[in-house]
Amino acid sequence: MALHGITRADMAAVNLPRRKAVNRLMEGLTWLAAIVGVALLVIIVWSVARRAWGALNLDLFTKDQVLFAIGPVHQGLRNAFVGSLVLVGLATAMALPVGILIAIYLTEYARPWIRSSVSLVLDVLNGIPAIVVAIFVFGLFVVGHGQSGYAGAFALACLMLPLVARSVMEVLLLVPSSLREASLGLGVPRWRTVLAIVLPQAMGGIITGAVLAIARIAGETAPLLFTSSIVGTQISWDASHALQSIPVAIFELSESPDPADHSRAWAGAFVLLMFILLLSLSARWLAARSRRRISTSR
Amino acid sequence: MSAADFSTDVSAAPLGGRRIRLGDLLLQLVAGLAALASVVLVGLIVWKVIAGAWPSIDTFGLSFVWHIAWNPVLGHELYGAGSFLFGTAITSLLALALAAPLAIGIALYLTELSPRFLRGPVTALVETLAAIPSVVMGLWGILVLGPLLHDHVEPALHSALGFIPLFGEPSPSGSSIFTAVIVLAIMILPIVASITRELFLGVPRELREGALAMGTTRWEMIQGVVFPYARGGIAAALILGLGRAIGEAIAVTQVIGGGVFIHWSLFSTGDTLASKIAASYQGATTKIQVASLIYLGLILLVFSLLMNVAAQWIVRRVARRQGVGTNRGGLG
Repeated sequence: MALHGITRADMAAVNLPRRKAVNRLMEGLTWLAAIVGVALLVIIVWSVARRAWGALNLDLFTKDQVLFAIGPVHQGLRNAFVGSLVLVGLATAMALPVGILIAIYLTEYARPWIRSSVSLVLDVLNGIPAIVVAIFVFGLFVVGHGQSGYAGAFALACLMLPLVARSVMEVLLLVPSSLREASLGLGVPRWRTVLAIVLPQAMGGIITGAVLAIARIAGETAPLLFTSSIVGTQISWDASHALQSIPVAIFELSESPDPADHSRAWAGAFVLLMFILLLSLSARWLAARSRRRISTSR
Repeated sequence: MSAADFSTDVSAAPLGGRRIRLGDLLLQLVAGLAALASVVLVGLIVWKVIAGAWPSIDTFGLSFVWHIAWNPVLGHELYGAGSFLFGTAITSLLALALAAPLAIGIALYLTELSPRFLRGPVTALVETLAAIPSVVMGLWGILVLGPLLHDHVEPALHSALGFIPLFGEPSPSGSSIFTAVIVLAIMILPIVASITRELFLGVPRELREGALAMGTTRWEMIQGVVFPYARGGIAAALILGLGRAIGEAIAVTQVIGGGVFIHWSLFSTGDTLASKIAASYQGATTKIQVASLIYLGLILLVFSLLMNVAAQWIVRRVARRQGVGTNRGGLG
């Protein structure tokens, strides 16, 4: 046995330079992978910013799109910004309460088998391609009634729901059970324990989850393509008609042959990108803060 | 005094008790209904898509799935998903083949090699890549990446490796399947990277240290401990990444160029299931054409359902076996 060990060690010693070289090569490759990953982000953000620069002016936010512009016309994307605001706001108003309720049910009330099967359904819903959700909402609301902001917002809400429910569930599970037990032990009914003790404790995490979900759906194009895309260029807050949105505007402008359209697409993309990055960063910051709070309260 | 307090408490209890049960019942009912609604929603999606595709299912039957045709000319209408299925398979599989080693490399870097001060920032940057909307990726793909590949990379690859049918003549337009592959690879890279990173973090420290103490190099430790431990999870991560690539419509529509044919050249245009729907839905006029597009969506839906259930099943099985939670397994 000992002899065997020695021979193995000797052989290893002979091969050591080779083994070290292989190790160094593979380590170098993982470094390279990380550099490529970061470089891709930098390249994409940089090329959006560089091309957006020329079109980033006040017109972008104060002027609407012009249909069939002849010659150089001052136009912007105001109608698309407003439409996106309405659509995302409505989608959040639909998905957030339902998502929180689902999470409450699954963490506080449901039996284990119900919890795991509904979690699976949420994962499946999360995996359904956005374009299929678009077809679904088209068949549900648009056929016979025409496109509307509500239909678009509902499609976005379908994508948002599993994200919100999932993240809120994770936060609710982080709330220490000692808090629940203390509250229940004092005779506080379960529903008041959930609403007055557990939810406030988890508020930071819930907001983080909501912000991340908003960041995810703010850039979604596919769900709006069949539900809220045939639009006029008038600015409108009325969701009973189809509303223009930033992603759909970028999609349409990117396929135009006119370079002026391209530069507005880049500008829209830049604003959208900055909005999303800002949301993700603040969510990250919020998450770090609330994690600190929960861990100290423990 | 204290006795009086007691007695009011006791007398209040039954009254309060009824109210307590009511509030609990209400919250449980409302929350339960919300959970039920999510299940109903998935069922409704499946039902609506099947119902929408029905005229086409009725006309073309199951052979629609592999039939290669898309002829919207009135009176000669004939539709089939064959070429789009091929386009979807080739784009998503190649994208996964490009992204997977890179993603696993990034995950290894972040868990095994990165200096502590770089770990947080690099993780954040890679996750930020996932936050870029697909329409922005598509815009970048059609106006920056596409022309670059078309003018420089494709001719070079064609002249060097032209004997392989994959590297055919570059198409006259800037669009190509190749561009779509690259764009998809960039889009699924952060997804696969962040899932595999979590898996690698779950590998018990004593196993790593044990291997290193035996005198393995770090790469041998990764090969012998980290990979075997995370194998199931990596498979699940790859399936989820593939699912994302298959379902992506917008970015692919923008860069792939369109077309109904099967050919091996990556440098010509094509279509995937998702991109065909996104590109043609608006212009679809006849009932059977709309239904056929929805039929494409149905195929997509079936794929995504199968792949998600498979991935979740793997994740849950691995989590149960190891008794440690990845993010998802811990909840299951």
